[in-house]
Amino acid sequence: MPEMIVCFKEVVDERELKVNPKTQELMTEGITRKISDFDLNAIEEAIRIKEMHGGRATGVIVGLPECKPSIKKALSMGLDRACLLSDPAFAGSDTLTVAAILAAAIRKLGPFDMILCGEASTDGFSAQLGPSLAERLDLPQITAASQVTIEGNQVVAERSLDDGIEVVEASFPVLLSVTKEINKPRLATLKQILAASKKEVLEWKAADLGLSTDAVGLQGSPIVLKRVAAFRMERKNIRLEGTLAEAAERAIRELLREGVL
Amino acid sequence: MKNEEYRNVWVFSEVKEVALELLSLGRQLADSLGVELGALALGNGAEAQASEYIAYGADRVYVGQHPALSRFSVEPYTDLIAGLAGQHRPEVLLIGATKRGKELAPRVATRLGTGCAADCISLTIEGESRALQVERVVYSGNALAMLTYRNRPQVATIPPGIFQRREREENRPGEIILAELPIREPRTRVREVREKEKGSVNIEAAEVVVSCGRGLNHPEDIQLIRELAELLGAEVGCSRPIAADLQWLSEDHWVGLSRHKVRPKLYIACGISGQIQHIAGIRDARIVLAINQDDAAPIFQSADYGIVGDLYQVIPALKEAYQRIVKRES
Ligand SMILES: Cc1cc2nc3c(=O)[nH]c(=O)nc-3n(C[C@H](O)[C@H](O)[C@H](O)COP(=O)(O)OP(=O)(O)OC[C@H]3O[C@@H](n4cnc5c(N)ncnc54)[C@H](O)[C@@H]3O)c2cc1C
Ligand SMILES: Cc1cc2nc3c(=O)[nH]c(=O)nc-3n(C[C@H](O)[C@H](O)[C@H](O)COP(=O)(O)OP(=O)(O)OC[C@H]3O[C@@H](n4cnc5c(N)ncnc54)[C@H](O)[C@@H]3O)c2cc1C
Repeated sequence: MPEMIVCFKEVVDERELKVNPKTQELMTEGITRKISDFDLNAIEEAIRIKEMHGGRATGVIVGLPECKPSIKKALSMGLDRACLLSDPAFAGSDTLTVAAILAAAIRKLGPFDMILCGEASTDGFSAQLGPSLAERLDLPQITAASQVTIEGNQVVAERSLDDGIEVVEASFPVLLSVTKEINKPRLATLKQILAASKKEVLEWKAADLGLSTDAVGLQGSPIVLKRVAAFRMERKNIRLEGTLAEAAERAIRELLREGVL
Repeated sequence: MKNEEYRNVWVFSEVKEVALELLSLGRQLADSLGVELGALALGNGAEAQASEYIAYGADRVYVGQHPALSRFSVEPYTDLIAGLAGQHRPEVLLIGATKRGKELAPRVATRLGTGCAADCISLTIEGESRALQVERVVYSGNALAMLTYRNRPQVATIPPGIFQRREREENRPGEIILAELPIREPRTRVREVREKEKGSVNIEAAEVVVSCGRGLNHPEDIQLIRELAELLGAEVGCSRPIAADLQWLSEDHWVGLSRHKVRPKLYIACGISGQIQHIAGIRDARIVLAINQDDAAPIFQSADYGIVGDLYQVIPALKEAYQRIVKRES
């Protein structure tokens, strides 16, 4: 019966992002927030493993105090409990530091068999956190897992790599990061949503984890994020009108003129 | 350790072609810092690779030939690379952003207690501080983040195909050093390796791409796309649903944030709505032509030319027009 930890992150819904027309900077305030896409797959996979093999799944999130609705959603899907790691001192943390916070919390939670992460987040999309956390906790890692099976006290997973599929195995404890293709995350039923309010949510700050505030957040992070600028799309946006034959002819002529055919 | 105690630029990729691209980028950075360029060659055939790396710009190559390095595995590779970087203290470490490189770089950085920036597409040195400044695509392809580093080494992963390799230089001087370091056996075991099902398409290198999305009704209608592609000397691309959900085409055709970034002269999107994750893959296309029956489809905002119409009628009309015009004019 595997003891599982699922790392999930709250992100802004990328479909609602707006650009400040003056500075070209991306405006991320006041936008709907959601659980990062691949993390729903990580949560779903943990629940499926629980349905087949029993065990327990604890969600862990480094986020703002306002991320409670996302925690409730994760619990409604079927996680057993959650652990919110939130402290003003955590603001501006890079991957190295977020991994340090998560590692401290996971150690405090006690022995585990598997850690599940998403392959990458929809905001940073760096795919770095899993490996960094595995290194901190001195665990073997299986990234980009597109299929996972438990055989006794080991995991067998298919990894989706650039040049093919690699089937690998590792004994517990192990860290996995999962792809979007691994499963289809479920929607919670009304009953599950109601039951989720009764599930345990632990809340820990830096001090609870024995972390000094200098070692986390902006001060503790080697990576400094200086600016986020929206991509400018320099496209011509020309509609080719007329009858079908006319539009097609104009298209071919324009493309020949552009020198791309 | 103070930042000033770190010197030199290092590059590593387990894929030789990518390593050559990184050598060209690394050479530029090393020259602007006035330092040496080092490269790492690990695994089978590392020594032969080492002399190639020198011909392509490295001043020094560290060769690792432990049996545990013969095929890529993240734990022994981390042991060796982090071990060497700990001893020799490079100020910059560039790693190819293949899937394997991306699982390696953060592990190496974490062991060294330093930061890593992923998928950097632009890298420059800030004069006074000698700090690396990088740009990377974030928010599902909507924005560009600019980052810099406080610690050393400054680790960055670089996507394949962004930088061009240099000319090969015969008889370039350089030093090859055998690296002997303690390496542990990996705790993951490979049971099986299966080549991805593919039709030998290298979509990232294609000059023209004709791409299809859920606007297609049946798998056999891919033929329509193929015919146009053939006529134009193009490769066939597709959106995620066609490769992932419907599996009408293999993954090597899949364009977008989560698979292939294409940079053709011409990208023709047929029945693709133009969600940002798809657009993230075609940002570097020179000209985009979109065909969609929905006049409000977002793809038109990301296109240079747009035809509003049913692709089942527009594609035959395009073929007809191409044959007529090109034939008449040649
Ligand atoms: C625009 C932008 C760019 C950034 N670029 C970098 C960079 O290049 N290098 C760097 O070191 N930092 C970077 N950061 C900081 C980085 O986003 C955070 O450290 C983040 O928590 C982890 O990185 P990620 O979002 O790229 O996640 P990824 O590494 O892509 O996430 C993989 C998985 O890790 C887990 N995970 C990630 N974050 C959390 C969390 N907060 N709580 C619980 N689980 C989590 C999830 O399972 C997720 O699916 C960037 C931040 C922003 C806003
Ligand atoms: C984390 C994440 C990563 C993703 N990565 C990728 C990725 O790498 N690549 C990718 O493509 N997507 C990706 N997606 C999915 C993406 O968000 C979209 O869902 C997907 O691109 C939509 O595919 P589509 O345009 O083919 O389908 P749809 O959005 O269903 O669009 C079909 C279009 O066809 C048009 N159409 C229908 N019939 C006709 C006709 N007869 N003639 C002309 N037009 C017609 C419709 O008007 C519509 O605009 C990702 C999503 C997430 C959340």
